[in-house]
Amino acid sequence: MWEYAPAPESRDIANLKPDYRMFVDGQFVEGGGEPLKTINPGTEEVLAEVSTAAPADVDKAVKAARRAYDRVWGRMPGSERAKYIFRIARLVQERSRELAVLESLDNGKPIKESRDVDVPTAAAHFFYHAGWADKLGHAGYGPDPKPLGVAGQVIPWNFPLLMAAWKIAPALACGNTVVLKPAETTPLSALVLAEIIQQADLPPGVVNILPGAGDVGAAVVSHPDVDKVAFTGSTDVGKVIQRQLAGTGKKLTLELGGKAANIVFDDAPLDQAVEGIVNGIFFNQGHVCCAGSRLLVQESVAEELLEKLRVRVSTLRVGDPLDKNTDIGAINSREQLTRIEELTASGEAEGAQRWTSSCPLPDKGFYFAPTVFSNVSQAMRIAREEIFGPVLSVLTFRTPDEAVAKANNTPYGLSAGIWTEKGSRILWAAQKMRAGVVWANTFNRFDPTAPFGGYQESGFGREGGRTGLEAYLDV
Amino acid sequence: MSERISLGRAENRIAVAKTYKLYIGGAFPRSESGRSYPVNDAKGAFLANAAQGSRKDARDAVAAARKAFGGWSGATAYNRGQVLYRVAEVLEGRREQFIAEVGAAEGVAVKKAQSLVDAAIDRWVWYAGWTDKIATVLGASNPVAGPYFSFSVPEPTGVVAVLAPQQSSLLGLVSVVAPVIASGNTAVVVASQDRPLPAITLSEVLATSDLPGGVVNILTGRTAEIAPWLASHGDVNALDPTGAPEAVRADLERSAAGTVKRVLRARTSEDFTREPDLARLRAFLESKTVWHPVGV
Repeated sequence: MWEYAPAPESRDIANLKPDYRMFVDGQFVEGGGEPLKTINPGTEEVLAEVSTAAPADVDKAVKAARRAYDRVWGRMPGSERAKYIFRIARLVQERSRELAVLESLDNGKPIKESRDVDVPTAAAHFFYHAGWADKLGHAGYGPDPKPLGVAGQVIPWNFPLLMAAWKIAPALACGNTVVLKPAETTPLSALVLAEIIQQADLPPGVVNILPGAGDVGAAVVSHPDVDKVAFTGSTDVGKVIQRQLAGTGKKLTLELGGKAANIVFDDAPLDQAVEGIVNGIFFNQGHVCCAGSRLLVQESVAEELLEKLRVRVSTLRVGDPLDKNTDIGAINSREQLTRIEELTASGEAEGAQRWTSSCPLPDKGFYFAPTVFSNVSQAMRIAREEIFGPVLSVLTFRTPDEAVAKANNTPYGLSAGIWTEKGSRILWAAQKMRAGVVWANTFNRFDPTAPFGGYQESGFGREGGRTGLEAYLDV
Repeated sequence: MSERISLGRAENRIAVAKTYKLYIGGAFPRSESGRSYPVNDAKGAFLANAAQGSRKDARDAVAAARKAFGGWSGATAYNRGQVLYRVAEVLEGRREQFIAEVGAAEGVAVKKAQSLVDAAIDRWVWYAGWTDKIATVLGASNPVAGPYFSFSVPEPTGVVAVLAPQQSSLLGLVSVVAPVIASGNTAVVVASQDRPLPAITLSEVLATSDLPGGVVNILTGRTAEIAPWLASHGDVNALDPTGAPEAVRADLERSAAGTVKRVLRARTSEDFTREPDLARLRAFLESKTVWHPVGV
């Protein structure tokens, strides 16, 4: 294996400030909640102190969003809204390096991913939706579809800036105003986005950002003057929100968990498949709701594939998220690390065969070496539950029908992967998948033009594409 | 030089007058014919000489447009959208210049010229937003009655010859050029015969907006002289006859039939200040249907 000299990105580029405040009605203001300390999961050092919202702040933010909706944003011509959103896209592009470093510091993801995926895709999301703002009549929802009003949005910690973009861009394009709560452990990039929104000169109150824990999110989604709720996060919390909103008439979209099957048929290009499997489960430390966490391999090629896979995974470098050579960064929090450890222990206890890369791990920070379980059966927890970490469960199948049955044997249905050289088989398998996104001979592709979202307990509603506009229109 | 064009300059200074040239393949050549013609403002005062493009210039422009087609049509829609948006950004920076030139060309008051230029900038933004939405609005998955996956995608038709509107020197020009290139076509444009200066200044904007050379080529001169060569040219795929003199329009359409060019259907009159529909985008698109079997 090659030795790599350290190639760290400078943390100064992130322009870290000692404290950050919430963004309400166009101003950064102190929240009434208990301030939180956000840490660098790569080193466990405190990065900054962030003020959080108290219940009264939630009310203030919703009122500001309502005012902005009634007086300015809801009645503004789409062509003018478009220009504001284009400005946001450009400012994100201009500050992309700063945002990438900040994101890797706060989240723990490798800089090459925040730099090449998170930030550019976030900018692209604003750019794409800016273009819809004055074309909604062409989107297939009638000649003049109307916005909903105030959108309450709660996002997770795995793609902090990107998820903020996925939520804010379509909401604004369709004419809604926003109250967004970033995740408790990753509030910083959303607050820099708030600064960008201020620089773009958006009218006060159009976007409000309230850091805090789950209680703030609960207050946002249950606020009586919120017309639309969008949540990305765990299936458990999604169910709570759906129950909470029952009978209120609020429009709801949910992007929840997943346990995606990544199916490798015996005629697949194995080397290419190995790259896709690695990307599918180890991208972003496996903190991806659509991660290809269940590998289904046709029995005849299972040994060969597993061997290649272990060799490849052994070369992955785990460590400093800011190092440009790092493949797998830090687990986002101690809590999440504990959950991964608990689930992998259950895998061993239930009789699966564990293989873990012998790569060195840093002394400080939250890290977990990439792990592959073979001899996994469908009943095991590691085959059923979302681990949300760099842990792959490998199952085998003999016939295509068996592959489909196993792939769909889950309450989730967010994504699936198919590896085969045969085009007709790709399309056949894609038709059979009960999943919202199917990748063939690739994995983890995201684009603002392509709708993303799940079946059944992976949630409902889509983000991106023409389909994604529906979530923010009164249709 | 007209007062409007020298707007804002120090009174005791002699302005440097610009030579207006053609825009072909990203460069600014004079007409190979060596000809030029005087351009006057709305009141008849001399503004500048413009190049009087020839048949050879038109053919050079078609060659440049063809050369640029592969790269431009092969670029991602996102990339094309950003380039078109960049055009709007650069145009916005030259707003004052265009207000002066449109005012001089069209003989309208400053306020009206401002609103025309603003609308032209916003029109670029509108079309910039279309590049990555055309396929989702005009494409389809076809539910064919058999084990096949069938889908249809819009694709650009190729090189489009555009006869720009004679009256609306900037807004009209932008309104006919932007939809052609938004979907990935390349264009050979014949500017308004009597009001060509904003078109040449626009080409300076295009040249500095990351738009690859050859995607838009702009000719000035006599529309009736240049248009027949474009209408009959074997390497032109489509024709927008908007600015064609009435007397030759039918002849141009007949010439276009020689290579079955797509010809934009004439409208009796077009109000370019109104938000456009999709007609100009659709006119220069092919639809490609792909079939693939489905089965284990």
